[in-house]
Amino acid sequence: MESQLRPMLSSDPLFVGIHTGGVWLAQRLCQQLDVAAPIGSIDISFYRDDFSRVGIHPQVKASHLPEPIDDRHIILIDDVLHTGRTIRAALNEIFAYGRPRQVWLAVLVERGGRELPIQPDVVATRMELEPSEHVKLLGPEPLTLQRMERR
Amino acid sequence: MSRRDIQIDEAGNLVHFLTLEGLSQPTLVGILDLAESFVGFETREIKKVPLLRGKTVVNLFFESSTRTRTTFEIAAKRLSADVINMNPARMSTSKGETVLDTVRNLEAMHTDMFVVRHEFSGAAYLIASHVPPHIRIINAGDGRHAHPTQAMLDMFTIRQHKPDFASLSVAIVGDILHSRVARSQIHALNVLGVPDIRVIAPMTLLPTEVERLGVRAYTNMASGLKDVDVVIMLRLQMERMQGQLIPSEQEFFRCYGLTEDKLRYAKRDAVVMHPGPINRGLEIASSVADGPQSLILSQVTNGIAVRMAIMAQLMGGAGRKETS
Amino acid sequence: MKIAIRGGRVIDPANNFDTVSDVFIDRGVVTAIGAAPSEFETNSNIDASGKIVCPGFVDLRARLREPGQEHKATMDSELRAAVSAGITSLCCPPDTYPVIDTPAMVHMVRQRAAELQLTQVHPLGALTIGLAGERLTNMSALQDAGCIGVGNALQPVENTLVMRRAMQYAASFDITVFIHAHDSWLLGNGCVHEGEVSTRLGLPAIPEAAETVAVARELALIETTGVRAHFCELSCARAVAMVADAQQRGLPVTADVSAHHLHLTEHDIGFFNTQCHVRPPLRSATDRDALRSATRDNVVQAICSDHQPHEVDAKLAPFSESEPGISGLETLLSLTLKLVADGLLELPRALATITCGPARVLGIDTGHLRVGAAADICVFDPDSIWVVDPDSMLSQGRNTPYTGWSLPGQVCQTLIGGRLVYEQE
Repeated sequence: MESQLRPMLSSDPLFVGIHTGGVWLAQRLCQQLDVAAPIGSIDISFYRDDFSRVGIHPQVKASHLPEPIDDRHIILIDDVLHTGRTIRAALNEIFAYGRPRQVWLAVLVERGGRELPIQPDVVATRMELEPSEHVKLLGPEPLTLQRMERR
Repeated sequence: MSRRDIQIDEAGNLVHFLTLEGLSQPTLVGILDLAESFVGFETREIKKVPLLRGKTVVNLFFESSTRTRTTFEIAAKRLSADVINMNPARMSTSKGETVLDTVRNLEAMHTDMFVVRHEFSGAAYLIASHVPPHIRIINAGDGRHAHPTQAMLDMFTIRQHKPDFASLSVAIVGDILHSRVARSQIHALNVLGVPDIRVIAPMTLLPTEVERLGVRAYTNMASGLKDVDVVIMLRLQMERMQGQLIPSEQEFFRCYGLTEDKLRYAKRDAVVMHPGPINRGLEIASSVADGPQSLILSQVTNGIAVRMAIMAQLMGGAGRKETS
Repeated sequence: MKIAIRGGRVIDPANNFDTVSDVFIDRGVVTAIGAAPSEFETNSNIDASGKIVCPGFVDLRARLREPGQEHKATMDSELRAAVSAGITSLCCPPDTYPVIDTPAMVHMVRQRAAELQLTQVHPLGALTIGLAGERLTNMSALQDAGCIGVGNALQPVENTLVMRRAMQYAASFDITVFIHAHDSWLLGNGCVHEGEVSTRLGLPAIPEAAETVAVARELALIETTGVRAHFCELSCARAVAMVADAQQRGLPVTADVSAHHLHLTEHDIGFFNTQCHVRPPLRSATDRDALRSATRDNVVQAICSDHQPHEVDAKLAPFSESEPGISGLETLLSLTLKLVADGLLELPRALATITCGPARVLGIDTGHLRVGAAADICVFDPDSIWVVDPDSMLSQGRNTPYTGWSLPGQVCQTLIGGRLVYEQE
């Protein structure tokens, strides 16, 4: 991912991770890329599209964008891209803060099963999984990918 | 004749917020935790979340209250709901349109949630028993019976300063007899595991068999306030009083008003609360209300976050369970 | 018309009779029990095997809502409900609109009831004009017009002197005074018993003292005036104890209790169930138990329905704004039998409280099966269980707290003056 992201650094992007895996990933990447700027974090709980069905989980972490985003480049980071709904919710939340110039999507794992027209700009690895399978990033130390059956 | 509590549906979901009686600790703690994430919205870059977008919330206040109604309105709008304010007190109910007729007319306007305040106990229950299953009712105060959202914001405020409920001693002082806030606070404190809950008032203002609610009754401030961590003063409901309940306001302030002297019976770091609006010089001395131990203004601020949490909790769907 | 009721268990508490036997009726009157009179050619046989045959029930207090509240019920609907419940005589309180405080009103009520040829209606006259508690009514004229007594219905007589004069005056004509004893100041705007439930639900409360203070006052006045008095709808243990004490001292005092007070308590109100809003209110379990003992021990002579039919809207309001009262005619027998099933009363005693007990209080010649008595008879199946369903009720008022209850006892036939006025399909 590092190599794919390096060319983008010239536009002085703001790294924004989606809780929780995306934030860990963003922190590790910024370390490796020597980016000193603060990282933004987004909790999409309030923007999910399944609120009417499943309600709300009480442990909502605050979203925080450390700098204004108007006319800014944003690198949105998440661990797994599956249906695309999380990214849709994150974009909605970002746009509540302001109007970015451009948003790139960087994910560690892209798996099939997209339900919305959302494509990553940066991908570390692609996986084909059964619908009953599940891949998750565990962390923060060490960062490990775990693949398992969804019970 | 069913005695099932209608605020929890058959699947165990919380579908109305009518009283804290009968709710579980995880449910109340869940609301307090959710309210945490709504605190500080004033200072946030974005003040709104889309949780209730497209939903219509009607503030149905048969009994007027600008303060409470405004906080509910702000809470609903922060959740992106559409809000309608109705004050039937000034409209037709006094001339005979029944409570249920008023509700039915409003249902026809595709309402999703009613926030109801009424001067008679049981009004919110009556409405909740007669609305279609998709409509949610929040009790914003019914007669003397309950004011659950106020009690929740009071618990939230206590938790901000004294997070360990299991070690607290809490005193509620004043017109317990007529107070829906007191009843709801007592239920909340019991559910949250507060071991020492006290009510302090002259006998004329203590309800019969109040101990059965899980409190100890005192008629004396010195013994009642001794070593408590939280003092909650109640408003003297002069307009609700019939007959000789207290001889005069002066005597009430002398015996039961919270002054700096009386506050000294409590612990040194005790906090003072009041659901408002305060009657200065009647329940509480100005120096205490404005003093360093007072959390009265926090209560007001927390009101919006807590009500947002309650609304969000109710409108969230079938997948969520009344945790037990 | 010669009728034979065959093979039933005939229970006549007034005459201590409890045997399987036959009852013979001729020209509206009981002509024999046991052996048939000679040359008795039966026109109609009623097979009562497995059933109980007893005097038709006497309901000491039932409101028919006519005149003045026909939107709640009419004599037509309510008397039909009454006969289906085995009730052959009932007493209605004077609080109609207008109040029964003149002979003209008495005639009106009696005539209307007579036209319907169903349950016999015995009106109570008002103690004071308009039930306002100030001026005495023409009690003698009311008595001559057909009132079996005078009473204050649910209106307090605040002025003690007026109450004393009313009692003295009634005593002059040997008229029984029917007293609903409550102190209006302590009653306030209360709607539930002052206790745990009122505290929890935040409802304005009626302390037990509202009843005991009034009972004490009336007993003191009864003692000095010598009037024959009947306490209506006692609701608490202390009041019943005071009445028992007065009876032991030889005062001419009787009492009744409403059927619901023998079964329900304040806890049945649950979450503001307005079907449990009654006046006097449902009280504690201790009070209910004391009322049951008093009924068993004949401190209380009658169980009544306290029938108060209401239109739907009357109960669809916040509790304190709803109207008190239960539509009770159709559950009177079953609730009385339930006390037997629960081991609280013996069957003959239970039946006495709805036959000869109330009949004696009212001073009417019914509630018994003596040879020569008017053939007011009920035949019922004591083992038949039914489930209370408001939609099946005959009364225009469907306001009952017993929905879903399984109760024993269903009426098969009701006869009044030897005429079959009701038969179960």
